[in-house]
Amino acid sequence: MSAGTYTPNPGAAPLPRMIATQAALETKMLLRNGEQLLLTVVIPTLLLVLFSSVDIVDTGSGKAVDFLTPGILALAVMSTAFTGQAIATGFERRYGVLKRLGASPLPRWGLMAAKTLSVLVTEILQVVLLTVIAFALGWSPHGNPFAVLLLLILGTAAFSGLGLLMAGTLKAEATLAAANLVFLLLLVGGGVIVPLDKFPDAAQSVLGLLPISALSDGLRDVLQHGASMPWGDLGILAVWAVVGLGAAGRFFRWE
Amino acid sequence: MESEPVLHLTGLVKRYGNKTAVDGLDLTAAPGITAVLGPNGAGKTTTIETCEGYRRPDAGTVRVLGLDPVKQASALRPRIGVMLQSGGVYSGARADEMLRHIAKLHAHPLDVNALIERLGLGSCGRTTYRRLSGGQQQRLALAMAVVGRPELVFLDEPTAGLDPQARRATWDLVRDLRSDGVSVILTTHHMDEAEQLSDDVAIVDAGKVIAQGSPEQLCRGGAENTLRFTGRPGLDVASLLKALPADSAAAELTPGSYRVAGKIDPQLLATVTSWCAQHGVMPDKISVERHTLEDVFLELTGRELRG
Repeated sequence: MSAGTYTPNPGAAPLPRMIATQAALETKMLLRNGEQLLLTVVIPTLLLVLFSSVDIVDTGSGKAVDFLTPGILALAVMSTAFTGQAIATGFERRYGVLKRLGASPLPRWGLMAAKTLSVLVTEILQVVLLTVIAFALGWSPHGNPFAVLLLLILGTAAFSGLGLLMAGTLKAEATLAAANLVFLLLLVGGGVIVPLDKFPDAAQSVLGLLPISALSDGLRDVLQHGASMPWGDLGILAVWAVVGLGAAGRFFRWE
Repeated sequence: MESEPVLHLTGLVKRYGNKTAVDGLDLTAAPGITAVLGPNGAGKTTTIETCEGYRRPDAGTVRVLGLDPVKQASALRPRIGVMLQSGGVYSGARADEMLRHIAKLHAHPLDVNALIERLGLGSCGRTTYRRLSGGQQQRLALAMAVVGRPELVFLDEPTAGLDPQARRATWDLVRDLRSDGVSVILTTHHMDEAEQLSDDVAIVDAGKVIAQGSPEQLCRGGAENTLRFTGRPGLDVASLLKALPADSAAAELTPGSYRVAGKIDPQLLATVTSWCAQHGVMPDKISVERHTLEDVFLELTGRELRG
């Protein structure tokens, strides 16, 4: 390198380019991580295929795949927006990635926008994959696609808020353990593969207020039963989103 | 514009709980290379991280390139380069991938391939960050600090844990930055690094700057330097003293072992050897001891730098 190579010529790249490049890197890191893929792709796919083809859980009247697909889509959203994002962000915080990027021209809100974009891109890949598999298993969806989209977006917002709250306040190892535990508990108790009406009445009313239950129930109302707009579930998700994102914004620590 | 300070800190105070890390620190850095030298726990990193916008001062003012690092962060960040003491890279990212990423966040970055070659990072290949050696991780962090073509670069302990060859490579890059007009603020607890590299040294202890100047100024400012030689016992020290400049001192410490104290320069060395020649003395084991920053630090604080 010759003289003058390092002559100062500072400047930030255009904001959309910064956010796009950040989102691309985040997505690449996620897809390269084996544990993350297990969580976001392998587990939902296996559950969908297994429980649709083998009669393990009584999913009520109608085809099992029609009951299961909405639940698995909700699980996919949770695995990416909550579990995956919490673990990845927790370790980025621990390893000073968030700190280092905080000194780059990318503003903090831009970093968060990129994370959201990366989550959405991953979810689109998940939804496409799971939809193709579900159709192959004989899925026949109903309802209003706009309602489905709204549920997925509000669900993503709710889970992102909770995931970031965890990543920004707990130690990375604690986040790793807690995010996986929550994933497992909500998988069982959130109406994903086990219908909520299998639980006692008292438990049902509490479990029904969980974001995963609201998302799987809302998606099921639309996709399985053809409801036009599941306002109750949308309302629950909206409350979780406001509370989660608000708390994350208030308590998130970058280092 | 050249004379504008790149850094201007007045009365900086930063506390963590009831521990005061920085205690009324004043520091002005001109363009060039400024070393912030001090023992571990002196407040170097806190000071640097306040300049980088990571910490809000509890009192005092901080101006970096004339800007407030907290309130004018978005204007400042593209103009500075930051090398953290450790970390800062996705554990699953490759070195070139991370460097290209940081480059893309800037408008006119350096040629990434040339920088990779320059810092010997080409051999990292497809290895992800967590599997790089400590030296490779350090060099990547350095590359990330300069790739955006900043005006001012902050290097926090840039050579900590590096082998001598890698240290020299880092020093060479820092010198190249300066000759191309980039200013550098670096923290170190290595005396030789501060002495060899910097135009200006600020010695920090217990959260304050206790001395500042060029390495030469600081070394001259301390106690006198000395010249020692051995010869036959019982030489006429008074006669030697007459030949020397007025502010010098000379003594026979033990029989046949002599010490001259004062401003030791080539002229004085010539005076001593010619006096020996006139008196038929063969000065043996002649040595010159110039004061180092280490001595200066010891005098100022009464402590070794690395205790």
